Amino acid sequence: MGKARTIARRTFIAGSAAIAGGVIFGTYVARKPHTNPLLADLDEGEATFNPWIRISGERVTLIAPHADVGQGTASMQAALIAEEMDLAWGEFEVEFGQPDAAYYNTATADEVVPFVSHDNSFAARTVRGLAGSVVKIAGVMVTGGSSSVPDSFNKLRLAGAVARETLKLAAARQAGLAAGDLETRAGAVVFPDGAVVPYTELAVAASEVEPVADVALRDPSEWRLLGKDMLRLDTRGKSTGQQQFGIDLHIDGMQHAAVRTNPRQGGSLLSFDADAAMLMPGVDKVLAISNGFAVIANNTWNAFRAVNAVSAEWGEAPYPANMPDHWAAVSAAFTDEHLDKEWRHDGDVPQALAAGEPVLAEYRAPYVAHQPLEPLNAIVRVNPGSVEVWSGHQMPRFLQEAVAEVAGIEADDVIFYNQFTGGSFGHRLELAYVVQATEIALQKPGTAIKLTYTREEDFAHDYPRQIGMARGAGTVANGKVTSYDLQVANVSAITSQMGRLGQPVPGPDGQIAAGAWNLPYTIPNFRMRAYRVPELAPTSSWRSVGASTQGFFADCFLDELIHAAGADPLEERLRLIERRESRQVLEAVAEMSGWGSDPGTGRGRGVAFVDSFGVPTAEVVEVSQTPRGITIDKVFVAADVGTVVDPVNFDNQVKGAVIWGLGHAMNCEITYADGKAQQSNYHAHPAMRMHQCPEIEVRGLELATKIRGIGEPPVPPAAPALANAIFAATGQRLREMPFNKFVKFA
Amino acid sequence: MTSFTLNGAPVEVDLPADTPLLWILRDELRMTGTKYGCGVAQCGACTVLFNGQAFRSCQLPLSVLQDADVLTIEGLSGGRGISPVQQAWIDHQVAQCGYCQSGQIMQATWLLQQNPDPSDEDIDRAMSGNLCRCGTYPRIRDAIRSAAQYMRDARDG
Ligand code: FES
Ligand code: FES
Repeated sequence: MGKARTIARRTFIAGSAAIAGGVIFGTYVARKPHTNPLLADLDEGEATFNPWIRISGERVTLIAPHADVGQGTASMQAALIAEEMDLAWGEFEVEFGQPDAAYYNTATADEVVPFVSHDNSFAARTVRGLAGSVVKIAGVMVTGGSSSVPDSFNKLRLAGAVARETLKLAAARQAGLAAGDLETRAGAVVFPDGAVVPYTELAVAASEVEPVADVALRDPSEWRLLGKDMLRLDTRGKSTGQQQFGIDLHIDGMQHAAVRTNPRQGGSLLSFDADAAMLMPGVDKVLAISNGFAVIANNTWNAFRAVNAVSAEWGEAPYPANMPDHWAAVSAAFTDEHLDKEWRHDGDVPQALAAGEPVLAEYRAPYVAHQPLEPLNAIVRVNPGSVEVWSGHQMPRFLQEAVAEVAGIEADDVIFYNQFTGGSFGHRLELAYVVQATEIALQKPGTAIKLTYTREEDFAHDYPRQIGMARGAGTVANGKVTSYDLQVANVSAITSQMGRLGQPVPGPDGQIAAGAWNLPYTIPNFRMRAYRVPELAPTSSWRSVGASTQGFFADCFLDELIHAAGADPLEERLRLIERRESRQVLEAVAEMSGWGSDPGTGRGRGVAFVDSFGVPTAEVVEVSQTPRGITIDKVFVAADVGTVVDPVNFDNQVKGAVIWGLGHAMNCEITYADGKAQQSNYHAHPAMRMHQCPEIEVRGLELATKIRGIGEPPVPPAAPALANAIFAATGQRLREMPFNKFVKFA
Repeated sequence: MTSFTLNGAPVEVDLPADTPLLWILRDELRMTGTKYGCGVAQCGACTVLFNGQAFRSCQLPLSVLQDADVLTIEGLSGGRGISPVQQAWIDHQVAQCGYCQSGQIMQATWLLQQNPDPSDEDIDRAMSGNLCRCGTYPRIRDAIRSAAQYMRDARDG
């Protein structure tokens, strides 16, 4: 990797202040495309027109650089290309491709600039554009922030259109016709006389043609695939046990490894005794790694068993050992010294609060684990001059750099084969497991080492969601909410996470305010202040990141004020929203849920609205009080993503996100004692299981002009809608997650 | 040496007696459709049919496998393409990440063998030990109802 590129990437920042530093790159460099990485190992007779498409005599291969962590991005990316390229669905292969700057993600930049995502002012557009340029130059290849669809939507359709037009041109030249006389259908060029020539037969001819630059995208009314129910490409493999995940791979001569690192995360290893473990069946080696030790054995089970038989002494945790001290640190952060940013102040809040009898409330959100069902794993083989890595990861180029640093080679000499993963929810943004596998493999050059985490090791090192608190104050008058003041104090998960990648995050962290400062309500006096709690236990992005906590704080506190005003929760929210599309989202759930009708005795409805990742999302939850406890009967969800690419997957993602939001709000927290996470497996952190799962009705709206992703936005409204529903049914106001500490669920 | 039947074929395994079936399948026999999720009977990702019963393979040591009959996701269709439960899973596009789905499908297969027309409560009771972190439960319910229908249709011919 060139020096300049490394520097540019190092400069990538997630804070708003430093975005201005991006000016120095200007837009000129940003417009210059990266070279096509597929050119590097193109075989004789193969053609490529851009970084996403390769055609040989046998097959069409599409490159899907966004990692598929279960959300269906591989299919989505393929569909965007196939639509414009006129490929028959599934009549092609999909690869994740090699890490390369050409696969930069510009959509994530939208989430790091300090403008509401619907703000289309000149200032907002300019700063967004500059942030995008920084990401583009730096070649940040990241899957996250519900950005895969927005990043890919135009880019991949364009890639498909270029391929189609270039193939037509190649065919036309061969036949002495004009490209305009030809058509394309189902992976083939169709001649005026009806003759059909498959793309694969045109690979050689097309490789000699300069890719057509001037192409137009089809009008959505002409779409064959997009916007219609699709069968995800991985559905069959995932229903027959045939889909391979990283954990399923076998490399010839491979050995198996397990690790244990200090359960006080970041603490050191003082000593260990492996005598007993060395005598156990199948054990080859026990070795020290950073902050812990590893066992190499002949199978996973023997490695797991032996790693449990090693005794160790661990150093202290670099954060408070026990939970009360974590909460005390959060609580102490509501001071000017810790003010990260005052994100918004409309009217005069201090005056309004002084003039009335303010409603006061304090909210809490605990650490929560990601724990996707596939435990973390990676296979690493150290070769002379290069290192190969087989694993699933959302930031391949950071992975290359981390491995290169440990192995003492250049990042470009790290060959990374990205894999389908059994979930992520932000977990596969971390790199410790890959680095550890590399440390082990360095002790066994030439042998592929497969590291598999035990579930217990995975829980101990989850890098959970941020812990946080909020303090609300507000006034009501004449049945209306008249002032709203919210202070949020969180640790910065982004700073913690980017810090482990060696990336400083200067400036305020927008994720401490996300979901709260951008409430769409026009309240005469409105203030939102974010406080940064000094780092405690290490944390990281958890599905929907900051909005997962602030959505709960901000919406529940508004609900309290609305009840204090004696207004209807849905009507008052509608009254306060000016933006038409956001109103329509709320109106949709009102209609779907029959809001206003009598829910029946012992039952209650709650509504919540949160805008995250540019997607206004409203949810209505219906609960019942039963002798067995509270049951969630139904959930209604409406979200505006501009364009729904695949209605089936959209529905699936929304339901999954609602279940994620509800299950963790009800049942989960990570707590620390003696510096260690007290939850070691799913029995202690179950999220939602089938018997608690409600029926969920979903409506995707297509109002906004800009397309958005849906993997995260339905998470934040789930917890507040549930808490608001429980209040409506029982009169009990829940201000702290998990709710099962205060109410019993059936 | 322990011998048992796996998806209708005899296998012989020579490993320490406490080695769980899960790891015998995955590492020794390289049949990776059965997944490791928790190792302590909390997630159901490793579910197989053991002598006709849905069982967590992480809890079945080699010592209890002599002469047993084991069915995994790979053998579910008995070589006939795809089973009705799998077909329903495809028709409803249940899978997101898909990692839990082998276990879900094995558990649902067993449920429908016991109870060809399960109520919602029956489904909840039978399936609540199978964790899905992606939240595919509503689709699993729908797929089980469809699979029950497919099986009835096939029987009524
Ligand atoms: S791995 Fe066996 S139940 Fe989780
Ligand atoms: S589909 Fe991902 S865990 Fe169930």
